[in-house]
Parts: sequence; C-alpha cells; structure tokens
Amino acid sequence: MSDHDITLTVNGNEHEVTVESRRLLVHVLRDQLGYTGTNIGCESSLCGACTVHLDGEAVKSCTVFAVQADGAEIETVEGLADDDGTFHPIQAAFQQEHGLQCGYCTPGMMMTATAFLRDSPDPSREEIRHALEGNLCRCTGYQNIVNAIETAAGELRTAADGGEETAADGRAATDGGVPRDRLTDAAGEP
Amino acid sequence: MFPPQFDYYRATSVEEALDLLAEHADAETELLAGGHSLIPTMKSGLASPDVLVDLGGIESLRGIERGDGVTTIGAMTPYVDVATDEGLLADAPVFAEAAQAVGDIQVRNRGTVGGNLSHADPASDLPGAALAADVTLVLQGPDGERTVPVDDFFLGMFTTDVGEDELVTRVEVPHQPMGATGTYLKKPSPSSGYAMVGAAVALETDDGTIAGARVAANGAFDHARRLEAVEDALEGEPLDPEAAAAAGDHATDGVEDWELMSDLQASGEFRANLLRVYTGRAIAAAVERAA
Repeated sequence: MSDHDITLTVNGNEHEVTVESRRLLVHVLRDQLGYTGTNIGCESSLCGACTVHLDGEAVKSCTVFAVQADGAEIETVEGLADDDGTFHPIQAAFQQEHGLQCGYCTPGMMMTATAFLRDSPDPSREEIRHALEGNLCRCTGYQNIVNAIETAAGELRTAADGGEETAADGRAATDGGVPRDRLTDAAGEP
Repeated sequence: MFPPQFDYYRATSVEEALDLLAEHADAETELLAGGHSLIPTMKSGLASPDVLVDLGGIESLRGIERGDGVTTIGAMTPYVDVATDEGLLADAPVFAEAAQAVGDIQVRNRGTVGGNLSHADPASDLPGAALAADVTLVLQGPDGERTVPVDDFFLGMFTTDVGEDELVTRVEVPHQPMGATGTYLKKPSPSSGYAMVGAAVALETDDGTIAGARVAANGAFDHARRLEAVEDALEGEPLDPEAAAAAGDHATDGVEDWELMSDLQASGEFRANLLRVYTGRAIAAAVERAA
C-alpha cells in the first residue's frame, strides 16, 4: 500500500490523483494538480507559507500526507477571488494596505486570515497578531499585514450586514473604499 | 524534503487499527494521529517507519463528552477543540490552557490530544497539564481495555506505558471541585515555540486556604513530572498570590543537576532558574483567580 488513488476537491473542483504514501499534500497541490499559489517555505511546519483550508480549517499542507486528505475539501489561495477576478476582501485589503512586499508568505497569510475571520469576525489587533503566530513574514513586516486583516474584517462585517460597500456575495467592490484610519496608530502597536 | 517510502493504511475502527498493528508487528510500524510530531520527525530522517496506520478515519476517537464530574476527550480530538471548550476551561483550566499554548492555530487544528500524550515529547505542553489535571488514560489493546492514571503514564523521554500493540483511545479529565483553580504557563523557546519550561498548576481551595495542589513541569526534565516539594509547600497556605508564589522556589528541591535538560537553548542551571520562576508565576496567577 505505497500508492493510493485519492480524490481531492480543490476550490470546488474534484480531482482524482494517484499518490505515493509519502507524498505531502502541498506537493500534490503544486506539482500534480498545478495549484502553485500555495508556497513551500520551511517544510517543517513552522512558517505557514503552505497554509490551505482542509475541510474548512487552516492547516500547513507540508505537514499532511496527501493520502490523509483523501475525500477532503481543500481551499487554496486560488479559490479566494471570484471567477471574474474580483478580489476577495482579504485580497483587496492586502493590496490596499500594502500587506505584502515580496509576497511569498501572502497566500498562507490570507488563508490563515480567512479562517480566522470566519471564527472571529471582529478581532482586536492583539487577536490578529496571535492568529498569525504560525505564519512568518521576513520582509513586509507584520504592521501592514495586521492592518490588512483588520480592514478585511471590517469589509466582511459590512458585507455580512448587507452593507453597500461590498457586493451582496461578500466580495469586495473593485473601487476599494478601504478605511485608512489605522495608518495613524502605528505608534501604539502592541 | 520527502520522507522515505512507507506503506500507509487508514483504519476506520479501533479494532481495525489494532489488527493492522498486529499484522505488521514484524515491521517498524507507527500510529499516525495528527502527524504534527511524526511527519516532521520522518522528514528530518529521525524516524523511518515501514508502515503507518492512520487513525484519522476513526470517528469514534474524536470528540469531547461532558459527563458527571469528568469530561472525556477522544484521543483524536484536535487541540483546538480542547482549547475552546467552555466546560474544560471552567472545570479543568490547566488542561484547556495548555492546549491553547500548543504551537499555532494550524498546528492546533491538526495535532491531537492522544497523539501528544502518546508521543510524550518532554518539551510539549500537554503532559505537564495532564499530570496537574490528574487525568486518566484509557488504552485499548488486543486483550481489551485498560486504564492508566497519568502518574503511571510517562516513563521517560518519548516513552510511555502504551504497549507496542496498544493505542490510547480517550483521556478522562476530572472536573475540579467548587472553588478550585488552575493554570498553565510556559517560557516558550523563541525559535520553536516549544516550552523551555512549562508549569502546570491545579489548586483546591477551602475557606481561603489552599487545601490541595497538583503541580507539574514539562520542558525541564526528560519527561513531564510532578513537583511534589512545591505541592507540599502549598498545602495549607493562604490564598495570597505573593505568598503562594514563594512555593515555586521549591521547584528544584531534590533535583540533581543531571536531571535538568541542557541544550543550545538553555543550560540546566538556567532552566532550573526558569522553572522556579515560572512555577511561582503560574501559582500566583492561579491563586489570583481563586481569591
């Protein structure tokens, strides 16, 4: 039993694929299925660059054998935007708030953030920082990343309340409208 | 980083898992729970099992059941469920808080209570809390079920009372009585987040005094262990955070130098100091809540 036929549903698309036992989920996603948005960083479950949702929960896909995920629903960063390319609020907020520089950690950051904001729609900055414990950034700095997640939280709450700034399906409107007030609180960062 | 080749079997029941263990008894066979210790160990080449038996498909091993005076946690329950369980946070705070202290959210979503305790990593957070919370482990093997009090469970570094042909099916966490309190506090390694020392405290109170104490440490020794000198020093003390914290000074009473872990992160001497300080702080925090 060292080869296995498994089924993975990635961003709603069902894939049947044959994997070795030792094949990691991140390698199957990237190399066998072409979802290269998920990055490989440390490969030792520290950096979080490979974070995807496995049955709705943020996990490090370098620390899951693909065969363990047989039958699971997986969401990767490619699944965030609408089919027409309209950004998900978390993507719009990362762009707006300069939440990325080199961008390598960003897919993982956004997947951690979307799962976190689903469970904690109105987090404090401290809670956002705590939620990012498993995602390392080595160039942007966390300031703008926290800003982006805070902004996205506001957008998602507005959308959930049926607000007008975002489309009814929760996607961010293309013309932005991101609040900029956190630019003033840098000195008070926890 | 690919781990070496191995055969993988996914069990759907405890019986099937035990059968697979028996069937592959001649090979190097490991149980795969959440995988967050085993997979990194395999990737780094420190373990290369021939066979993995995945417990991830055994639904009966997952979940938290609140009973009369005891909460039962299925071995395959992820940390996150324990860390966010209101009942456990109220009735066995030391255990729930230790689950909160493990790794990060992605790790807590995958790593499991049973996997953690069976692995018995000396620096992991749950073993010390399991000792303080006085849990009972339920094991299943070919001859049926047996229970092991946590005081008899951890035998050494990565070594427990679980036999080669057995697995942990659940953990029974007793509810603390009224007025009791507890907490878990660690000094994390700045790089790995594992505990350089962790102090787990559970206190029973009676009329403004500490009536009973279970205090344990992880990270400091080759396996989690009770700090009996601290427990003795606490009994009968008033519920005063500052005074009670002084019992932390007894954390290394009777401890020989060689017993303390010493590595790149911290010398044994420094760990001994950390242990006394963090034990005192954990006691103060627990007493603060009770008072």
